[in-house]
Amino acid sequence: MAQTVRAATAAAVTQTQPDVELRQVFKTFGADLAVRQLDLAVQPGEFFSILGPSGCGKTTTLRLIAGFETPTAGDVLIQGANVSAVPAHRRPVNTVFQSYALFDHMTVKDNIAFGLKIRHLAAAQVRDRVGDALRLVRLEPMANRYPAQLSGGQQQRVALARALVNRPAVMLLDEPLGALDQKLRKQMQVELTTLHRQLGITFIMVTHDQEEALALSDRIAVMNNGQIEQIGTPSDIYDRPHTPFVADFIGDTNLLPGRIDEAHPAQVRVTTESGLRVLARAGNMSSNQAVVVSVRPEKINLSLGAAGGNGNCYQGQVSHLMYLGTHLHCIVRLSSGESLTVRQPNRADTPIAVDTPVYVHWAADDCLALEAA
Amino acid sequence: MRPNSSAPQPDPTHPPIPLMPRLTWPSLFTALMYAFMYFPIIVLGVYSFNDSRYSASWDGFSLRWYRALFSDRRLLSALQDSLTIAVVAVAISAVLGTLMAIGLARYRFRGKALYRGVSYLPLIIPDIAIAVATLVFLVSMAVPLSLATIIAAHMVFCLAYIAVVVSSRLQRLDPNLEEAALDLGATPTQAMIQVLIPQLAPAIFAGCLLAFVLSMDDLLISSFTAGGGANPLPIEIFSRVRTGVKPDINALSVVLILGSALLAGLAEYVRYRSDRIRQST
Repeated sequence: MAQTVRAATAAAVTQTQPDVELRQVFKTFGADLAVRQLDLAVQPGEFFSILGPSGCGKTTTLRLIAGFETPTAGDVLIQGANVSAVPAHRRPVNTVFQSYALFDHMTVKDNIAFGLKIRHLAAAQVRDRVGDALRLVRLEPMANRYPAQLSGGQQQRVALARALVNRPAVMLLDEPLGALDQKLRKQMQVELTTLHRQLGITFIMVTHDQEEALALSDRIAVMNNGQIEQIGTPSDIYDRPHTPFVADFIGDTNLLPGRIDEAHPAQVRVTTESGLRVLARAGNMSSNQAVVVSVRPEKINLSLGAAGGNGNCYQGQVSHLMYLGTHLHCIVRLSSGESLTVRQPNRADTPIAVDTPVYVHWAADDCLALEAA
Repeated sequence: MRPNSSAPQPDPTHPPIPLMPRLTWPSLFTALMYAFMYFPIIVLGVYSFNDSRYSASWDGFSLRWYRALFSDRRLLSALQDSLTIAVVAVAISAVLGTLMAIGLARYRFRGKALYRGVSYLPLIIPDIAIAVATLVFLVSMAVPLSLATIIAAHMVFCLAYIAVVVSSRLQRLDPNLEEAALDLGATPTQAMIQVLIPQLAPAIFAGCLLAFVLSMDDLLISSFTAGGGANPLPIEIFSRVRTGVKPDINALSVVLILGSALLAGLAEYVRYRSDRIRQST
């Protein structure tokens, strides 16, 4: 079922022309390979995130699209036109920088008008569009202030308005919320999605915050070591990771390395290095293949007695317990020696304490065997 | 129980500030230090109003030396030479020095560190060495000495001072600023003129001021590179005091000190205003 839905989306994807496309893009700095073999297509109107740990090449990827870097090999296409050799100032994209890079010798109004004035728009038109942009980010009272007189959140909104006012084909956002505190971040996340919906412009955002990427994006590209590990919707990435790296980077997970004993079309039986036998969901895999089984902490259930059924059930002991309000975060040490992280909803009937002997169990469908890296 | 809870505690965040500083060793040293630095200048200022021709006696208050000063054509033309040299040398150096600082900060090329070191070398090399080297070079190239040769020689150190001051500001600047301008459609030239230069303006101004004062003050390099036609103020003053200090030189010194104080005050005011606009809430 899910497969047919994805196939249909894929068909739709090939019909429309992507707003941004990278084809076999490589970028080296001296002897360092910053990104390699990037292939991605961002559809018009999409909120696309590039997610990865620091140094994975995600910012370089964004700078390649913006035109601040030229690819060592491969092509960058914007709305079907090859812009690999087009300098930044002639590309129909606008960037929101992590540092905001506001011009602090200009007022808020002049900052926002900069792009329009450079393009020699009529004064009346500049005034109207700057006014609209100020309204959009709710900064009208601040129009004549200087950036240094604004709070971090307000500066961030000026940076957004300065980019938006030019009506770019694509908005590029480099860790746009990275400099804000937790509460403001959440608030700006909502504002970003609202803006995206109102404007219908393609957004490409770089972030290292997986929660932010999951919350905001239509699709996410997970990068590691200069390469794309997986591109997919947030639920694809979270529920159906392709690699152990993606499973580990997005959300929390328990990774159990092992080998396949028995391979069936959609399910495999794995013996882990410690001797645990685990039933797991899997794609096309063959016997004796080295795999890593990934099971999310919230998919694991705890009980005092052994569970029936044909899922995975093991005996262990609670070794650590953290009370997180909405959840209990436990570490369970299995008799086989492994430690599993388990997340239990905080209910009155969870009689768990440290050193309680417990059973952990989860359905075969709730864990995934991934090809070992 | 806290036994001392009712006793008045000194507020650690607002220590009491005495209105009259008591006579302590540090305050005495401070007073001595300022006296050491400024006493000669105060004496000079006082004697510039002395009616007597000789500094040894005080004959009463007079402005005669100031009148003599402003009717001394030779001195005024020397001042004009000095101002011409300083303004032209600083103006050319401002443009070249700023471009040099930007080039050294923004581009990656082979031997950059060496290039950077060499460009700041005039700050370290003794003036006498620059003076002699310039003279030897000019003579060997058969360039006639004139106002232009002094300007060229002054540019050597003006350029280095302005580049140093601008570089330090550039290093603290957000490297994304120029990219932001490019991103908004500005050509590299527009980005430099409309974004980078305004951001560097306080540093360029400060560098120019420093270079201007140094150029006005320079005796050594000028005296080696001046031909018969040019006669900047320091050379004129030096040649006069060799035959004894006359009170009109005192008056001139007071005028020069007031002039530089005014300039420094103006620079400080400009800096203060731009800071206030950008940082007040």
